[in-house]
Amino acid sequence: MSWPEFWIVVLRVILTFGLLLVVTILNVWAERKILAKMQSRIGPSRAGPYGILQTLADGMKLFFKESITPRKVELGMYVLAPFLAVIPAFLIFMMVPWGRPFMIGDHEVTLQGADLNVGLLFILAMSSMAVYAVILAGWSSGSTYPLIGGVRATAQAISYEAAMGLAMVAVVMFSATQGDGGTLSLAEIVERQSGTWGDLSPALQPVLQFVPRWNVFPQIVAFVIFFIAIVAETNRAPFDLVEAEQEIVGGFHTEYSGIRFAMFFLAEYINIFSMSAIAATLFLGGWNGPTFDGVLPGFVSAVLPTIYFLAKTYFLVFLFFWLRATLPRLRYDQLMQLGWKRLIPGALGWLIVSTLVISFRQFGPPWS
Amino acid sequence: MTFSAWISEPINWIFLLVGLVVLASGFRVVTAKNVVHAALLLVAALAGTAGLFLMLAAEFVAWVLVLVYIGAVIVLFLFGIMITRAPTGQDEGLDSEKKVVPALLSVGVFVLMAWGSIDAFGTTLVGATGDPISTELIGESLLGRFVIPFEVVSFVLLAALIGSITLARKDLTPIEEEEGRRV
Repeated sequence: MSWPEFWIVVLRVILTFGLLLVVTILNVWAERKILAKMQSRIGPSRAGPYGILQTLADGMKLFFKESITPRKVELGMYVLAPFLAVIPAFLIFMMVPWGRPFMIGDHEVTLQGADLNVGLLFILAMSSMAVYAVILAGWSSGSTYPLIGGVRATAQAISYEAAMGLAMVAVVMFSATQGDGGTLSLAEIVERQSGTWGDLSPALQPVLQFVPRWNVFPQIVAFVIFFIAIVAETNRAPFDLVEAEQEIVGGFHTEYSGIRFAMFFLAEYINIFSMSAIAATLFLGGWNGPTFDGVLPGFVSAVLPTIYFLAKTYFLVFLFFWLRATLPRLRYDQLMQLGWKRLIPGALGWLIVSTLVISFRQFGPPWS
Repeated sequence: MTFSAWISEPINWIFLLVGLVVLASGFRVVTAKNVVHAALLLVAALAGTAGLFLMLAAEFVAWVLVLVYIGAVIVLFLFGIMITRAPTGQDEGLDSEKKVVPALLSVGVFVLMAWGSIDAFGTTLVGATGDPISTELIGESLLGRFVIPFEVVSFVLLAALIGSITLARKDLTPIEEEEGRRV
């Protein structure tokens, strides 16, 4: 690896980290503001214009607050758990391509932390690592409510991970028909969603030429299942039994305070954003969109893809907030029933249907 | 190749380090006095194994190992531990007195496997091209050349699943059924 390439990798990682931190801080504010609007309140309004600096103020407060360590904790695990929450959260976003590649001199810079050959598998592996933080925090607190929160989180994560993975398989299989062979690289999956569905059928061409070639149109069922599963994976309402205040105080983070609590909080909001970004990448075409090359100035065309990516991701993030403001929390048996009796059979059924359609289109009817 | 020549290459330092971590945490799994710690040390051992696979450019196997074993199997272990008993601190009852036979058995298995692979390959380097092994290649060989073993393994897993349900399920006596009690 030559020096320019090395600096490009450093640049990519710093840009991706920076983007993630900025949007996460904005997300916390956006959630409070949107929830407030939906409930006819004002929300944060004092720190900065429209209260936009409220999260920074809260973060500063938490940073200088005393981190109380209760006497009965298992110290090593108790200190380690918040880090285990934040690290996978950051690593997941490293896989997401968030802008069109551009050139510096004769070196190509892809706007993505790292483009792994097995990117999707890495995302699944990291999202299943996140549950360790919750279960270890619950256990090491040496207290009953956190332990119950940890156990709930484990059961929930295992249940919904399966549905999430199966929905991903359907997309990967569909995406394999859109280019040369199958791929698990997110950059490649995004490339294959550029353009429109215009060439699908000559009769519908006038309409379809305005429909972008996103996976969401043929894979709408997988998209719905995937979205429900990521809401459950991030422990958000209506699946927030892990930290149900009315039942088990704060759940797994009851015994945490100060900066350690802030890290759990940060991880949750990073996960909301990066899971939405993955959904946007797999189903909504990632950074694809009209860039008007040659019409608009060069730098506008270069920035537009990132704006499209953020717009699509924020649409999904908004859905998260909207769900929280609308739906009451599920009961525990309802949560398990939805996961095991609806989502997983649904995802398996959809996988079979989409496999049949794909093989029919590729090989014709079996009797031919 | 002598040991001093082998150790002078930086990549082998990493191999040595990861290998020692795997060995040490594997040893601590069986000696740990706290069952949660033992499960976590198993995570360290498996993570080290995934690291070894990464060093062999087998990305797919490495991340599947992380996904399946660290992300699901050990999480289920921890889940099982926590819904039954989850003590913090030391648990003296965890130490088994029958140590010698399992120790001999595992050393025997190790010797057998090491001898088998040395006998089969000797000093030939297997697949040392440096290119990552593609997922496509693994898929093709699993559903092509190895399709029958693959299906047999999945059949064994299905049998294990049904067996565990049968073992865990408690059949109701006729009186209990009349009372309408649920399992």
